[in-house]
Amino acid sequence: MAQELDTGRQATAAPAIELKGISKAFGPVQANKDISIRVMPGTIHGIIGENGAGKSTLMSILYGFYKADAGEVFINGRKTEIPDSQAAIAAGIGMVFQHFKLVQNFTVLENVILGAEDGRLLRPSLAKARGVLKQLAEEYELNVDPDALIQDLSVGHQQRVEILKALYRQADILILDEPTGVLTPAEADHLFRILDNLRREGKTIILITHKLREIMDITDTVSVMRRGEMTATVKTEGTSPEELAELMVGRKVLLRVEKKAGNPGEKVLEVEGLTVTDEAGVVRLKGIDLHVRAGEILGIAGVSGNGQSQLLQVLGGICAATGMVRVNGASIDLSGKYSDGQSRRARGIGHVPEDRQQEGLIMDFAAWENIAFGYHNDPRFGAGIFMSHAEMMADTEGKMSRFDVRPPNPRLAAKNFSGGNQQKIVVAREIERNPDLLLIGQPTRGVDIGAIEFIHEQIVRLRDEGKAILLVSVELDEIMSLSDRVAVMFDGQIMGERLPHETDERELGLLMAGIQGEPDKPVIEAVDEMMARKQAEEEAAHNG
Amino acid sequence: MDLLTIVQILDSTLRLATPLLLACLAGLFSERAGIFDIGLEGKMLAAAFFSAAVAYTSGSVWLGLLAGIAASLALSALHGLASITFRGNQLISGVAINFLAAGMTVLIAQDWFSQGGRTPSLFGGGRFEPITLPFADALANVPVLGPIYSELLSGHSILVYVALATVPLTWWILFRTRFGLRLRAVGEAPEAVDTAGVSVVGLRYAAVGICGILCGIAGSYLATGLQAGFVKDMTAGRGYIALAALIFAKWRPWYALGACLLFGLLQAVALRYQNIDLGAFEIPVQFMDALPYILTVVILAGFVGKAIPPRAGGEPYVKER
Amino acid sequence: MDRMPAWADAILVPLISLILAAALSALVIIGIGEDPIAAVKLMVAGSLGSTYGWGYTLYYATNFIFTGLAVAVAFHARMFNIGGEGQATLGGLGVALACLYIPWPHWSLAILAACGMAALFGAAWAFLPAYLQAKRGSHIVITTIMFNFIAAALLNYVLVNVLRPEGSMDPATARFPDAAKLPTLHELLAPLGIEFSRAAPANVSLVIAILACIFVYLLIWRTKLGYQIRALGHSEPAARYAGISPVKITIIAMLISGGLAGLMAINNVMGEAERLVLNAVEGAGFIGIAVALMGRNHPLGVFFAAILFGFLYQGGAELALWTSIPRELIVVIQALVILFTGALDNMVRMPLERLFLTFRRKGS
Repeated sequence: MAQELDTGRQATAAPAIELKGISKAFGPVQANKDISIRVMPGTIHGIIGENGAGKSTLMSILYGFYKADAGEVFINGRKTEIPDSQAAIAAGIGMVFQHFKLVQNFTVLENVILGAEDGRLLRPSLAKARGVLKQLAEEYELNVDPDALIQDLSVGHQQRVEILKALYRQADILILDEPTGVLTPAEADHLFRILDNLRREGKTIILITHKLREIMDITDTVSVMRRGEMTATVKTEGTSPEELAELMVGRKVLLRVEKKAGNPGEKVLEVEGLTVTDEAGVVRLKGIDLHVRAGEILGIAGVSGNGQSQLLQVLGGICAATGMVRVNGASIDLSGKYSDGQSRRARGIGHVPEDRQQEGLIMDFAAWENIAFGYHNDPRFGAGIFMSHAEMMADTEGKMSRFDVRPPNPRLAAKNFSGGNQQKIVVAREIERNPDLLLIGQPTRGVDIGAIEFIHEQIVRLRDEGKAILLVSVELDEIMSLSDRVAVMFDGQIMGERLPHETDERELGLLMAGIQGEPDKPVIEAVDEMMARKQAEEEAAHNG
Repeated sequence: MDLLTIVQILDSTLRLATPLLLACLAGLFSERAGIFDIGLEGKMLAAAFFSAAVAYTSGSVWLGLLAGIAASLALSALHGLASITFRGNQLISGVAINFLAAGMTVLIAQDWFSQGGRTPSLFGGGRFEPITLPFADALANVPVLGPIYSELLSGHSILVYVALATVPLTWWILFRTRFGLRLRAVGEAPEAVDTAGVSVVGLRYAAVGICGILCGIAGSYLATGLQAGFVKDMTAGRGYIALAALIFAKWRPWYALGACLLFGLLQAVALRYQNIDLGAFEIPVQFMDALPYILTVVILAGFVGKAIPPRAGGEPYVKER
Repeated sequence: MDRMPAWADAILVPLISLILAAALSALVIIGIGEDPIAAVKLMVAGSLGSTYGWGYTLYYATNFIFTGLAVAVAFHARMFNIGGEGQATLGGLGVALACLYIPWPHWSLAILAACGMAALFGAAWAFLPAYLQAKRGSHIVITTIMFNFIAAALLNYVLVNVLRPEGSMDPATARFPDAAKLPTLHELLAPLGIEFSRAAPANVSLVIAILACIFVYLLIWRTKLGYQIRALGHSEPAARYAGISPVKITIIAMLISGGLAGLMAINNVMGEAERLVLNAVEGAGFIGIAVALMGRNHPLGVFFAAILFGFLYQGGAELALWTSIPRELIVVIQALVILFTGALDNMVRMPLERLFLTFRRKGS
């Protein structure tokens, strides 16, 4: 039925978007190579590809952020020049960026009208927008309080504001860049319902993602990008996740990690009643209890922003907390006054941080300087107050060859390595210290598939050597395939623990949304109810 | 202390607060748009010289005012070029502008007038004359209110009233107009402005331009209203006090009025009394001089309400996804 | 890949900036009706043409080495210490106290004590801004500006009300005792058979300034503390991750910076004026900004940039003496150098990078 509808439209209507031979280079890097696609009106078109495949560059060209070196853009059959965002908006294109472009201390209304005001004075624009928002909310299930400040809204609601901004500008074509990365599965389901409503009203949607499941669930057609090239465009109905994965990577992909059954020993890490309150007074961790045994990988699943980062930071000595943490049976100081990353390392805790570019490496330091980062007080790198450059250089050369870092040049600045090789430098530094406990966050974010496999092997090897590993990842696949046990975090709490072979993505997804057991009503309602309750609690705490 | 003394001190406060207020609001426009400006001092100084020089040469204070504004705008353009177009360090650019103004004013003054880096004294049409408000003379004898109206409020040059009127105007522009919304947005989240199809560069240049105009008026007032002519380094740190007032005011127009009046009062008191004898001990005049700066440090330390600057302040905008 | 080789970044960019600043300065000189070439000749003759000229050039350079190093050390921790002026002012107070109230038997002991007091007072004046930046996030640029003004007021008070000798109308301290008099370059070089001007103020402080350059080089690039300062400067979250305390390192870096700025006082207060006067620093704290920018925050660069500014300063004084060009010309040149090497850096850098990229493509 859908098939017939599509072919019928193709015969009568021009494509909503047609790109012909788009190319774009940044210096020596060819980000987009001769790319052509057609997207029919009233459809959802997925674009899938690995990190750095050129998806975002392509969409930025379409939204006027970059100028293509070659190629043409047709909107509704008419050749269109898009030199800037203004032109893109005029052509009816709206974009929801991965990192929202909202003014945090403005209200929803102010954000919506910004740049699309009707006159020199604000009052009439605000009044008009209020009416339009009400209408859009009813039409597409896009409910947001128009007078709320953005900084007070949940991530899911902020995303709705972004969509409202586009619709307020009467966009007919909506581009969403990795929209579900920050959403719970239930919030993602709600987003997809909104997208479905939009499609029914005749809007055209481009969905950029690296998640195969989303492509299979919602899109009508899908294009696959690899290394700047469009490798295939297929009907979603006629393909499979395996086929898409192979097209993305260019070879058969093992979607599972090879590993033997674990052999857990003594408890290396014990955490009891761990509580963290941040500078703004928000409670980020609400009494966490967990433990990790020697020879075991405990995976922490959860949507980002639910306290996983704080858990890693407390254990890594970056922020203070209350509660009890024992490593190898001895408790460690959590006050933050006398303990920091240095003392944690001395206690045998290694830490691969979630954000290697902001935390794990000094991007302007050469590789050899980064190899001592966090271990700069180690006598091995120099006695007394001075550092031994020769020792650091020798150590770097060894690690680079063992971890196959390319190019194997210790004098190269960290920023000049690819994401995968940067991560290898961090992993090499932390793993070769032979820690009793390894904290590892988002080990493969922004890392190419080859390096992902290598890093996963190293993590499993460390486990098999009898080390304890605490793994935090927002990629459910990664958690499921690496962990011996999975704990799910939501709103600063552990919602439950499961064994990977006794659970499935649906159950973990519910836990990630804060729902234990099977809800007695539709999931999205349960989630909304829960969020409302949470918000009320926060307000009460804030006022009290 | 009698009423007359109080009125005289307050009268002097108003005069001294005027250049601070104009410069403070100038900084407010710039910093609200995300461009830090420690070059207020230099822009005022340049304006002071060129307004005095042109007012003296032409005999018209209004031409002087225009010249002052033009000079200040030229330095604003330089600041814009460095910090917006070439994404340089805004603080360093501000420092450079202060030195440029300090050096060039003396250099040109010496070249034009050969009076040791100053302009000849202004008189007649070369100065802004006091304006007497309606009925000031008639009401002068009314008890209490009379002197307040005729002495304190009346009898200032037009630029004093311009400065006072700029406060509500600034508030209205920032919070009631499209331009104000965009200006505030570009200082908080330039990426939001950019993706909404509005030019970040254009908005920031506009803000820096307004800053230039207001600094120009401030400098002109110094040389043609408050005093009669330009002397070397006549701004004497007023640009920095204005900056301090801006932080004190937490980047809000009405608060800026309050902060500038307070700092103006401190200057007026320090001018009138050398050392203030409080019976038990004496407050040295140097302490009064330093008080605006000390107060600003206290505010900055966050002990009396935290001053949170615009989020994107000081950062050049680089487009990224 | 880096877009430009390191040597181009370290030498070519500042050099082009300097040429641009010089060209504009020449235009300014033409603008006021003087001949720039004659002016340069006069400046060179007056500052480098005799040991007297050199003595002044090196005297000024000594000041600028200290303040330039002060700015450079703070820059490595990504702080803009604009408070060198105030810190040097307080350093002067420290030197005055050390020289006035203790009867030193010999200058060599006096200078040790003076160095200690100068650095201590300078560092102390940097402490509060550093603490407020580290603990409360108060912007160090604003607080150090404020502290410059507070320092001026404080010194004014101390000189007028406390340290002024009975009966003197001059807001200045008494002259330091003869035992605290520092040997000039004339006295230092005479035993080596080198004839150096007796009248010029350059003195043994120059040697200490050069030692300070070496100290800063070792500190920043060879020690664990320097590693931590640079790491914090590049990324605060990374520093936290590595167990480097931002509070501690911020404060230490600023104390070192303030101490270096304060050290300047051994040159201008102890070496030259031999008493403490109002505004003894004469803007050297601000010139430190230009010197550090021009010298790319490297001690060697700071050294040469300081000599250059010493030349400009002495040359400018000669110009003011013999022509109608006021001393403020130096302030203009200083502004242009700060502008081109600091704020308009990208204007010079971007075309150069493009040029190198083109060459590289052709090469490969």
